[in-house]
Amino acid sequence: MNVTATQGLRQCLELSWRCIVKIRRNPLVLADVLIGPAVFLVLFVYVFGGAIQGSAQDYLDYMVPGVLGLTTLLATMGVGVSLNTDLEKGVFDRLRSLPIWRAAPLIGAIGGDMVRQVVAIAALLGFGTLLGFRVRTDAWSVLAACGLAIAFALAFSWVWVLLALVMKDPQSVQGLGALLIFPLSFASNIFVDPATMPGWLQGFVAINPVRHLMDAIRGLMLDGPVARPLLWTVLWMAGVVLVFVPLALAAYRRRA
Amino acid sequence: MTYAIEATGLVKRYGDVTALNGVDLAVPAGSVLGVLGPNGAGKTTAVRILATLLRPDAGTARIGGYDLRRQAHEIRLIIGLAGQYASVDEDLSGLHNLTMVGRLLGLPRAEARRRADDLLAEMDLADAGGRSVKTYSGGMRRRLDLAASLVNRPAVLFLDEPTSGLDPAKRNDMWASIRALANQGSTVLLTTQYLEEADHLADDIVVIDAGRVVAQGSPGDLKRRAGTQTLDIRLVDPSRTAEAAALVAAVVGVEPARHRTAGHLSVPVTGGALMPAVIRRIDDAGVEVAELALRLPSLDDVFLALTGHTARTLEGTTT
Ligand SMILES: Nc1ncnc2c1ncn2[C@@H]1O[C@H](COP(=O)(O)OP(=O)(O)OP(=O)(O)O)[C@@H](O)[C@H]1O
Ligand SMILES: [Mg+2]
Repeated sequence: MNVTATQGLRQCLELSWRCIVKIRRNPLVLADVLIGPAVFLVLFVYVFGGAIQGSAQDYLDYMVPGVLGLTTLLATMGVGVSLNTDLEKGVFDRLRSLPIWRAAPLIGAIGGDMVRQVVAIAALLGFGTLLGFRVRTDAWSVLAACGLAIAFALAFSWVWVLLALVMKDPQSVQGLGALLIFPLSFASNIFVDPATMPGWLQGFVAINPVRHLMDAIRGLMLDGPVARPLLWTVLWMAGVVLVFVPLALAAYRRRA
Repeated sequence: MTYAIEATGLVKRYGDVTALNGVDLAVPAGSVLGVLGPNGAGKTTAVRILATLLRPDAGTARIGGYDLRRQAHEIRLIIGLAGQYASVDEDLSGLHNLTMVGRLLGLPRAEARRRADDLLAEMDLADAGGRSVKTYSGGMRRRLDLAASLVNRPAVLFLDEPTSGLDPAKRNDMWASIRALANQGSTVLLTTQYLEEADHLADDIVVIDAGRVVAQGSPGDLKRRAGTQTLDIRLVDPSRTAEAAALVAAVVGVEPARHRTAGHLSVPVTGGALMPAVIRRIDDAGVEVAELALRLPSLDDVFLALTGHTARTLEGTTT
C-alpha cells in the first residue's frame, strides 16, 4: 500500500468531516432521522398498540427497542444516497484523482453517516421517554444496546455502498434499498411477536439478522437474555462484512 | 527529449463503441499539447485514462516517467485534473472544497487554508469563497474546479475542455491562467473543440476523430497542410455536390471537404492560380455555381479537412 495507516485514517476522517459540515450548513438533512423515530413510535404504539397487545405500556416498552433497531437500519440509507450523489456529480472523480487510500471515500461516507445514527437514537430515546418508556436495566446496558445498533448499521452500510456503486441514480439506490429493508424489518420481531406468523415465515424470522439484533437490544434494555442473540448478531455482522466489503470493493474497482 | 506524457496504442471500448482506437501521444516536459476533436472523438476518454480514472483495454502510458498501470499512486501525486464537468461538492463552500483537497493531500490545516485562499484569489473567487458552490455560476464552478486541480502544484495538468461554457472575457482569463501555468513549467494537456483555442495555447496539436489520431503538428504546420488559401464553392443545385466534388478533386488534387449545409464545398489551394481552372471545369460540366470565394484558411478549415467528410483520404497523406 502506498498510504500509511495513519494517513489513510486521517483521509477517512476528513471525508467523514465533510458530511458533518454539510449537516451544519443544512440541518434539514437530519429531518428524517429526527422526526422518523417519533412518527414510528406514535404510529405503532397508538395505532396498532391497542389491537396487538393488552397494555399500551407493555407495547411501548416492546416498541422503543424495536424502533431503535429500525431507525438505525433506515438511517444507513444516507450512505447509499450520498455516495451515489458523489458519483453522479463527479465528486468521486476528484477524489479518485487524488493520491489517497482507495477505500477512503467509501469509509468516509460510512463514517459521516454515523452522525445520523446518533441523532436518530437520541431522538428516539428522548421521545420514547417522553411517552413513558422506562429502561429496566442500567445506563451501561442502554449504551451497549445503542452501540450494538450502530455497529450493526455500520456493517449493513456496506450493502448500501455496493448498491450505490452499481446503480445509476440515487432514486434507484433508495428504491432497491427499501425493498431490502422492508422484508428484513417487517418479517422479524420488530413490531409483533412472530408466534402468530405462518410457519414458513417463522422459518425466515428465525434466521433474520434483524430478529437477533432485536432480541439482543431488548435483552439489554428490558433485562432479558443477551448472550445468545448477541452472538448471532455479531456472527451476522461479520458475515455481512465478509461478503459485502469484497463485493463493494470489486464494484468500486470495476467502476474505475 | 524527456516526455511528461507518453502513450502508445491506447484502446478503450464501451460495448460496441470503440472510444479510443490506438492513440499515441508524446508531450515533452514543459509544453502544452492541444487535443482537438469533435464531439465523441474520444477526448474525455483519453484524459480519463491518462489521469488514472479509467483503465485502458490495451496500450501503455507513462506520466512523468511512471507507468500508468503499476504506479497509479505516484502519478496521482504529480497530476492535476479538471474534468469536462466540474467535479466539486455543491453542498460545501468553495473554500471548503479546496481545504478538503489540501487536507487529503496531507497539508496541515493552516497550510491547506492558506493554499485555498491563494487559489481562490488567483481564480477571482475570493469574495465567493464562503458561499455554497450551489450558488456559483457555471464559470465560477469551472474556475473552482481548476483551483482544486492545482492544490498540489501539479507537474502535469489535464484540462478537459477548460473553456466550454465560459463567456469570452472569462475565456480569456482562463487562457491567461493556463499560459501562466505553462510558463511556470507545468506540462499541460488540454482538450478543446476550438482551433482558435488550440492555436492560442498549444505548442503542439493532436487532432483526433473517432478514437484515432488523424493529424498532428504545430498550429503552423496544420495551417500549412490545409493549403495557403481556401476555395469556397456554393452550388445552386445541392444534388450535384458529389459530381462537383469529383471535378474539383480532379483539378486540385485534393478531395474537397463537404460542409453540413448541402452544396457547400471547401478545398485547400496553394495560390489563386487554380481558381480559373476550377471554374472552367465546373462550368464545362454544366454545374451552376452560386458563390465562389478565395480566402485565408481558418483553423476550422484544417479541422474540417482533417476530420470532416474527407478525413479518410487525407489521413494517408497527412499523418
Ligand atoms: N461510459 C460510457 N459508456 C458508453 N459509451 C461511452 C461512455 N463514455 C464514452 N462513451 C462513448 O465513447 C465515445 C468517446 O466519448 P468521449 O466522451 O471520450 O468523447 P469526447 O471527445 O470527450 O466528446 P465531447 O466533445 O462531446 O466531450 C463516444 O462515442 C461516447 O458515446
Ligand atoms: Mg468530452
